[in-house]
Order: sequence, then C-alpha cells, then structure tokens
Amino acid sequence: MKWDWSAVADFMPHFWDGLLVTLQILVLGSLISFALGLVWALLMRVPTRWVTWPVGAVTEFVRNTPLLVQLFFLFYVLPEWGITFSALTTGVFAIGLHYSTYTMQVYRAGIEAVPVGQWEAATALNLPLRRTWTAVILPQAVRRVVPALGNYVISMLKDTPMLMAVTVLEMLGEARLFAQQNFQFTEPLTVIGFAFIVISYLASLALRALERRLVH
Amino acid sequence: MSTDTHAPFDKKPESPRSTGELIRLEQVTKRFGNHTVLDHLDFSVDAGKHVTLIGPSGSGKTTILRLLMTLLKPDEGTITVDGERLFPAPEKQVREVRKKIGMVFQQFNLFPNMTVLRNITEAPVTVLGLSKDAAEERARELLEMVGLTDHVDKHPAQLSGGQQQRVAIARALAMRPQVLLLDEVTSALDPELVAGVLDVLRDIARSTDITMLCVTHEMNFARDISDQVLMFDSGRVIEAGPPEKIFSEPEHDRTREFLSAVL
Repeated sequence: MKWDWSAVADFMPHFWDGLLVTLQILVLGSLISFALGLVWALLMRVPTRWVTWPVGAVTEFVRNTPLLVQLFFLFYVLPEWGITFSALTTGVFAIGLHYSTYTMQVYRAGIEAVPVGQWEAATALNLPLRRTWTAVILPQAVRRVVPALGNYVISMLKDTPMLMAVTVLEMLGEARLFAQQNFQFTEPLTVIGFAFIVISYLASLALRALERRLVH
Repeated sequence: MSTDTHAPFDKKPESPRSTGELIRLEQVTKRFGNHTVLDHLDFSVDAGKHVTLIGPSGSGKTTILRLLMTLLKPDEGTITVDGERLFPAPEKQVREVRKKIGMVFQQFNLFPNMTVLRNITEAPVTVLGLSKDAAEERARELLEMVGLTDHVDKHPAQLSGGQQQRVAIARALAMRPQVLLLDEVTSALDPELVAGVLDVLRDIARSTDITMLCVTHEMNFARDISDQVLMFDSGRVIEAGPPEKIFSEPEHDRTREFLSAVL
C-alpha cells in the first residue's frame, strides 16, 4: 500500500463539496431534530389521549425502525404518491425526524427535572400556562439538556454517510466516487476519516462553550 | 394600623379593601389516597388579620395553604375569597380570584433562570399588565424594604437562603395580594438567617393591612405577629385564640403536648 499525496490533492476539490453537504445535513438535521423533538415532547404532555396516543405511536415507530429503511421509504415510496423532494431535502428531513424521536426523550427528562416548586411558584404568581412554559420551565429544561442534545449531534454526524444510500454526495459519497474512478481508496477514505474526527471535536468544543454560557 | 410612611406599599389601596370575612372554607374535605387530611373543615379568616396555624406535621396546616393557592383541589366543600368563589369555580374565575392571594414557599422557589429583578417584575408585567418601568420601580422599592438593594441583578444561586427568601417575599408582594400565605418560610434556612426573614415579615405585618396566613414552627414569631393562633390536630381546629392565651394557658391536652415539644 502506497500513500500518494497527489491523489490527496486530486481528491480535495471533491472533498470540499462533500464536506459542505455533510455540514448542511448536520446543521439542518440538528435544527429539525431539536425543534421537532420539542414539539413531540410538548404534545406528549397534552392531557388527552387523542393527542398522546398518535404522537406516541408515530415516534415509537420512527425510533424503532432503522434510519436506512426510513431513508429508502421517503426517497423511493413517497414519489409513488406524487410527493417528490430532492435527495438532500429528503435525507435531511429523514435524519432530522429520526433524531427528533431521541431528542424528545431528552426534552422530556429535562422538563421532568424542573422542580415542581417552579410550577407552584408560577401558579402562585398567576402566570398564564404559556408564559410558565416559555419563561420558567423551558429555559430551565433546555439548559439541563444541552449536553445530551450535543451527544446526539455527534451521533448524527456519524450517521450522515447513510444519506449516500439515497444518492446524496456527502463526504463518504464523494470519497467512494473518487475511489471508484481512480482506483485509489486509501487517500480519500483517510481524508474523510480525519475530517469526521475534526468536525466531532469542533462540535464538542462549541457545545461545551454553549453549556458554559448557559450556566450562571 | 401603624402610621409608618416609609413602607412602600399601599396602606390605602385604590379600591377599598374588604373588612370582615375574607377567606372562608366550608365543609372542605381533602384526601390523599385513603388518608383523609381535612375532614369537613369549616374555617374562616377576617380581612387584615394575621393568623398562625400550628400543630404536628400531617395535621393539615400546609394543606389549607395549598388549597387556597389552588395548588391542590378539595375533594368536597367550597372555598370563598373576598366574597368570590375560588372552588368550585371555572378556570377564568379562579385566575381572577387567585390574584388576591400570594404565597411564600418553604423552598423559596425563585426562578433560577431570571435575575432577582426579573423574578419580581415577571408577574406584574405579564399578569397585571404593568409597564416594565413601573414594575421595576416597584420591585426596587420592595427590595429596599427587604434590604437587598445591592442584589437586583444577581441570580438566585448567588444569594444565601435568607436572601432568596426575602426576594421571594418581595416577589409575592409585588402582585399586591390581599392575602399572603407563608408556608414554613424559615424551615429551610440556616439558623443564623432566620432572624432576617422574620424581621422582614414582622415589618410587613406591622406596616400593612395585608391578611397573613402562616404555618410556622417559630413560636416566638407566631406570638409576635399573630392576632389569632389555631391549633390543628388530625385535620381539625382543636383550639383557637389570641397567642397570649394559646401559648400561656392552652386548654386542650394536645395543645399542651405540642407546645411543650416545640417550645
């Protein structure tokens, strides 16, 4: 096995394209999973089974089926019903949806960890329910769950190559394409391997900084 | 009533405050599972009075405060505050009647994500519709009264327990309640911090016409501020009277036992 720097140089333009796509998936997927997970968590607290049962069933189903199957389903089955999105859009939505079923449990734990005395104080001050959530409960709950959400961001990063299966050319896709065209596997795969480590590390630094900012 | 002029809250409120009966519980029953804490209790408090509830733990004192604050719902009976029904009542009415009541908790329950100032202004702004400036001005007056002017921009975690409880008192008063419920407000404090909190409460008792309903194990404090002391046992009032009488010549054996245990 020989290491060929010129192969690295040839791969780099493709690498940057792939990196950009990977980061797009990660950022948009994270935002979707954070937002949707919070929506699920709040819906699960609505005091009627007409809401909690369907939401519980759907999220349980999504959490317990493989992301890859969901990707294939959204990409190949939905178009048969006339619903078509680009591969990237489909992939970002799938990964965001999948991870939202994890983040909802993180939020639930965070919400339940807010002491009951906070609810009581809000009642004693006559704060409306909406205000109690937005000004008292959620700021405290979210602060508690930032580390756990951060772990899912790292997890999600490591799942981004799955989007290759629905033709998205993220880092692994670009590396594979380059490798097949040039019969050089070592260099592109090594480069993206390092890239994954660097992104994880930078993401964890950013999350730690965010955690520090949130702690008083 | 005292003629203090430095007290920063209304001694002459905009609408005349009610005299006579302010709080009435009728035939109130509260059960937790199989355990009946309050059994067809009748109980009333006159406006402006300072009433202290004493008795062994589990005798239902705190339950009464929590029923009045609507943190609990009775299983039976009615609760009326200032002539308006608090229970049973539709949610909208509960919200209106509840504005007349404020509460200070054993564990302070300040909002840790807000500054001291925001803790106090949050409800006046969002519930009473005060302007931010007006709410802050009033909050600063209240903080001056409880001796915490230097701490307006701190977060609760930066304060001692005693300071947090004084902020909680200011927060409750910022809503201009007619009734202040005090639920063992010094029980969670280190002994050296108790006096500061009790001084603030004595000051409020002296200088305002607010009705106070107080559950405490501080018998000296109860003796100082109370117009009336109610001795609870097993969810019933077994003895009631002015503090001098209850503390010096209790009639009931259970009262004597209780007092000798706590004094």
